[in-house]
Amino acid sequence: MAGFEPSEEQKLIRHTIAEFAQEQIRPLAHDADENGEVPADLIQQGWEIGLVQSAIPQEYNGFGEQRSIVTETLIAEELAWGDLSIALHLLAPRLIAFPVLEMGTAEQKQSVLPAYTGEKFCAGSSALTEPRFDFDATELKTTARSNGGSYVLSGRKCFVPLGDQSEHILVYAQTSDGPAAFIVDRNTPGFKVVEREQNMGIKALATHEIALEDCHVPASARLGGEGQLDYHKLLNYSRIGLAALAVGVARAAFEYARDYAKDRQAFGVAIARKQAIAFMLAEMAIEIDASRLLAWEAAWKLDRGEDATREAYLAKNYAANMALKVTDNALQVLGGHGYIREHPVELWVRNARGFATFDGLVMV
Amino acid sequence: MIDFELSQEIQNTRLLIHSVAEGMMRPISREFDEREHEKPWDFLNTMWEASRSAGGTMLAGSSGGSKKEKDKPSERNLAAAVTIEELSWGDAGLYLSIPNAALGGAAVAAAGTPEQKKRFLARFGEGEPKWGAMAITEPGCGSDSAAITTTVRRDGDQWVINGTKIFVTSGLMAAEKSDGFVVVWATLDRSVGRAGIKAFVVERGTPGMTVTKIEKKMGIRASDTAMIAFEDCRIPLDNILGDAEIRQTTEGFKGVMATFDATRPAVAASAIGIGRAAVDFVRDALAKEGVQIRYGVAPTRLTTLERDFMEMEANLQAARLLTWRASWMMDHGMRNNLEASMAKAKAGLAVTHVTQKAVELLGPLGYSRKLLLEKWMRDAKINDIFEGTQQINLLIVARRILDYSSRELN
Repeated sequence: MAGFEPSEEQKLIRHTIAEFAQEQIRPLAHDADENGEVPADLIQQGWEIGLVQSAIPQEYNGFGEQRSIVTETLIAEELAWGDLSIALHLLAPRLIAFPVLEMGTAEQKQSVLPAYTGEKFCAGSSALTEPRFDFDATELKTTARSNGGSYVLSGRKCFVPLGDQSEHILVYAQTSDGPAAFIVDRNTPGFKVVEREQNMGIKALATHEIALEDCHVPASARLGGEGQLDYHKLLNYSRIGLAALAVGVARAAFEYARDYAKDRQAFGVAIARKQAIAFMLAEMAIEIDASRLLAWEAAWKLDRGEDATREAYLAKNYAANMALKVTDNALQVLGGHGYIREHPVELWVRNARGFATFDGLVMV
Repeated sequence: MIDFELSQEIQNTRLLIHSVAEGMMRPISREFDEREHEKPWDFLNTMWEASRSAGGTMLAGSSGGSKKEKDKPSERNLAAAVTIEELSWGDAGLYLSIPNAALGGAAVAAAGTPEQKKRFLARFGEGEPKWGAMAITEPGCGSDSAAITTTVRRDGDQWVINGTKIFVTSGLMAAEKSDGFVVVWATLDRSVGRAGIKAFVVERGTPGMTVTKIEKKMGIRASDTAMIAFEDCRIPLDNILGDAEIRQTTEGFKGVMATFDATRPAVAASAIGIGRAAVDFVRDALAKEGVQIRYGVAPTRLTTLERDFMEMEANLQAARLLTWRASWMMDHGMRNNLEASMAKAKAGLAVTHVTQKAVELLGPLGYSRKLLLEKWMRDAKINDIFEGTQQINLLIVARRILDYSSRELN
């Protein structure tokens, strides 16, 4: 029966993450962006929450909890509310762990998952986006050519989170029978970390461009073995995750602008009492709620085992556009002060713009 | 629980209403748009018969429900939202012209005494088709409803009303053509603002209430929109809505304003029905031409047409989910003033845009009166305006999110 409120259990989870975001993540966000680095202590603290281990079965030392995509959107929103870079960093190991968990062969699960259930944070990643202006996840240009009992990977990838410190990277490439994913060990000859990227936003997150030059991987590295990968489902997960992250970033900006507007005086009153400002804030609030509901609906469909390709895609695009507009308007509400890096709003604008381009980058 | 599945009961209702929309409304849609001041009596009579056998509750938008199962939360408002969307998908003007207590009835249900509810509402379960209406807007004030100039004074055992109301939906049917009534907002004392405003029930045929004009509108032409003049219009003392306490304070005004928390999602739902008609039509037209809508492709590589269409779909769904949420909250006894206004603001704006874009996308076909698409654009626009304009709803949302009173933000 229809319902629009999280369950009590979900509220508890959301509250825990929200508290972590507010008390641990947010205070460090500014310096992390300025310095281009997430503090190690915070990474370990985030690890201990169990963002990666929760969904991994106990036989691999995980917590063995049921994975609900709707619940994951609640978590993603709160983490991103704290800081998008930090959220993406903490969630990065899922980029390999979750696809392997859901679609890997027994051998792949056995060889990959235990690394992500230990005491300490273990970096993991995936490589999807390619450094072309017209990159399209439905038309990968990175290829995987079959070569006897192995595959030869060729191509370039960008926006690979923690590319230079991840043990395993899941590389998406086009085979003769469709898109596939390959578990690539970082030490494989032909796998090269080209450089740490310099991005407009998400600066605290180390992302890398990688090159695959005649990179041979065994057939056993192909996710799920021979046969078609449910690639679109993986894309759907990431798009729902991105939508939820975008909602978190936007909400952070909206709340900051709202509070600022109630405080800042002009023409004898708080600027929040002027319609131009009040209406901007009202539209921001509506669009944030709208985006969240669209993301929830897509997530809910996945939780029911239904295909959510259309919903995930529409939700992601809607949230991406919304996040830019909301953060931009939030900056506008702060006027000149919004332009100064002492306030976090310009950071949120820089982060928000990325959603239009981001694909992959997160798993839920 | 977060759950987007409608109950089996609502799904069954939706199927039924859809067949009414498709089978009974669409075929006469163009005719009663062109023949603006005629009524589709076959359709209206059929709908009246159907609603009577459903206990007169089909289109109710009020909080709570008389048909609640024990221990099960009501689904009344969510069901109404789905039903109204479906009827409006058929034809929004025809939907509005269905014999129903409507806003006038909602006001009685929200603010009336038990005796008044019986006296005025029982009639909607029996006899000939009837209409209820609400008269607030005047030539000089719409959004600023606290500034109305229609006056009421006590004269012995009667109230005497003087003034002019405009834009009364179903005003002709309620005031003159059926055994219905008009709920009129009038002021006892202009100098005290809101505190002086009360609602009065004026039954059909009351001397001094005259329909002086039926508007010629851009859309929803099947619905009669009336100007009503009140000249020394005398009604019994018992026709003031609410009990003595309500009558002493601003509670009356607030009470009736609160009905908007229930009716705003209903108007949003109607808008969404129109929007969906347009989206469904464009989708089918494109499919027929072999135009693909590629979900999944990088957005910057979509054709403009794909991108525009997807934006229509997403905005419509966003409006729908906001509306369902507001309705669901009402069903669960949760205060939904913020969410109802969010839904109405979004739906009005989104559907205006969706229907205007649909006409654009289909070029000469979209512009032609041979198709219903242009009509839907004309029908849609009013949803951005009546029952709280987009701007008023944004103002309400702003007040809620900023925690400002109407004095602090206006």
